[in-house]
Amino acid sequence: MNTILKIGKHELYDVFRGKWVIVYTLFFWIITDSLFRFGGDPGRVILSLTNLVLIVIPLVSMIFGSLYLYNSREFIELLLSQPIDRRYLFMGMFGGIAIPVGFGFVIGAGLPFLYFGGRAAGDLFTLILLLAAGFLLTLSFLALSFFISVRIEDRLKGFGLAFLLWLFFTVIYDGLVLIFVYAFGDYPLERVMIILSMLNPVDLVRIALLMELDAAVMMGYTGAVFQKFFGSLAGMLITLGSMMVWILLPFYLGLRSFVKKDF
Amino acid sequence: MIVIRDLHKKFGRLKVLNGLNLTLEQGKISAIIGPNGSGKTTLIKCLLGLVKADQGSITVSGQSLNGDWAYKKMIGYMPQWAHFPENLTAREIISMIKDLRNGEKNWDEELYHSFNLGREAHKKIRTLSGGTKQKVGAYLAFLFHPQILVLDEPTAGLDPMASSLLKDKIMKEKAAGKTVIITSHIMSELQEMAEQIIFLLDGEVKFQGSVQNMMADNKAEKLERAVAAMMGRYSS
Repeated sequence: MNTILKIGKHELYDVFRGKWVIVYTLFFWIITDSLFRFGGDPGRVILSLTNLVLIVIPLVSMIFGSLYLYNSREFIELLLSQPIDRRYLFMGMFGGIAIPVGFGFVIGAGLPFLYFGGRAAGDLFTLILLLAAGFLLTLSFLALSFFISVRIEDRLKGFGLAFLLWLFFTVIYDGLVLIFVYAFGDYPLERVMIILSMLNPVDLVRIALLMELDAAVMMGYTGAVFQKFFGSLAGMLITLGSMMVWILLPFYLGLRSFVKKDF
Repeated sequence: MIVIRDLHKKFGRLKVLNGLNLTLEQGKISAIIGPNGSGKTTLIKCLLGLVKADQGSITVSGQSLNGDWAYKKMIGYMPQWAHFPENLTAREIISMIKDLRNGEKNWDEELYHSFNLGREAHKKIRTLSGGTKQKVGAYLAFLFHPQILVLDEPTAGLDPMASSLLKDKIMKEKAAGKTVIITSHIMSELQEMAEQIIFLLDGEVKFQGSVQNMMADNKAEKLERAVAAMMGRYSS
C-alpha cells in the first residue's frame, strides 16, 4: 500500500508539471463559464456540458493514458529492476494519472457553478451526478487505455486501437443500436434497449444523465420506460454497478497483463 | 553466485534463448558479448525479472527466481539508455528511488560526488543531456551497495572523463567482492576490465573463459580481433 502511494505521488508531480492537465482543467472551466454567460440557466448548462463530457472525457482519457504508459516504458523497466511488486507499480501509476485527470474535470467544470451558485441550487443533485459520472468515465477509459498500452507493444498500433475504441463507444455503437431498433421496430424493445445501454459506458452515462434532466420528456414512451427504470433505486444501483464493471474489468485485465508481461 | 540452467525463451516464433547454461562466480567481472540479436539483452532481462523464461531456472545467491521480487535487492541495474519522467528533477528521481527502498539507509554516494551531480540535480530531466542522464543511471545502480551489478553498455553515452570515473568505480566494487556483469561493444574497454568473456550466439553460450584464453585461442593480440575471428568462425 505504501509503495502504491509513493509511486502515485511522484507520478502525480510529473503529470502536474506536464501542464496538460492544467490545460484540460482550464478547458472545462472556460467552456462551463461561457455556457453560463451565454445560456444562463444551470439546467441547460448541465445539458450542454453532458454532451461535451461524453465526447471529450473518453477521448482525453484514452490519449493521456496511452501517452503516459508508452512514454514511461523505459522508466517502468528501471522501476521493475527495483524490489517492488509489479501490481503496486501498476496501481501507483494508475492513481498518479487518474487523480489529476479526474479532478481536473471536476474542478474545471465545477468551479463556475460555485460562483454562479445561487441560481444553481435547484440543480445541485444533477450537477453532482454529472461530475461523478465524468469522474467515473475518466477512470473507465483510463483503465481501457492502460490495458491497451500494456498489451500492445507498438505504440502506433496502440494509439490506433485506442482511437478506434473511442470512436466505437461514442459514435459507432449508437449507429448500430439505431440499425437494430430500425430492424426490430415492430417488437417491444425497451428492456433490450436498457441492456444495450449497459454494454457501453458512454451510453450508460448519457442515459443516466438525460433521465435526470427534463430532456426525458421528449423521448416519448421509451423515455418513460427509461425514466421509470433509471429513476428507481434498483435501476440506479444497477447503473452504478455496471459503471463499476466498466472500470474494474479493464483495470483488472490491464493489471493481469502487466504482471505477466515481458518488458 | 549466479547459476542459469537450460534457459529457453521464445518471442512468438522467434527463439531468443535456446537452452542457455551459465555459471557466474562471485567477485568477478564478466563480459557478455555477441552479435546483435544473440540474446544478450533477453538474458539480462531474465536475470532482472523483466522477462519471464519459458523454461529453465535461474538462481541468484542460492535464491531461485520464481516470481518473487525480493532478490532484486541484491542487484543494481544500469540500463543502456536512461529514461526518467521528463518533468521531474534529477533530485526528485533519486529521492523517489530512495523512497521506494526505505529501510535501506546505507547509500553509496560516491558517484554523486565524483560525477558532480549536485550541480545538475535541481534541473528537470528534460533539460539534461544524454550523458548526464546516464550518470544518474549509473549512480542509481550503485546506490544500495548491491552484491551484483548489471551494466548494459555502461559507458556508451559518457564523456571520457565520466567513463574512466565509472570504470574506476567498477574496478573498486569488484575488488570489494561484487559480481559485475557488463555488456559492451567497446572491446578495448572489456579487455581492460573483464576477467571473463561469455560469448553468446543464437541464444547459447558458445565460449566462456578468460580474456587471455580467448586471445590465445584465436591467435590475436587484441580482444577485438579475437572476438571478430570468433564471430566469423561461428557465422560461416
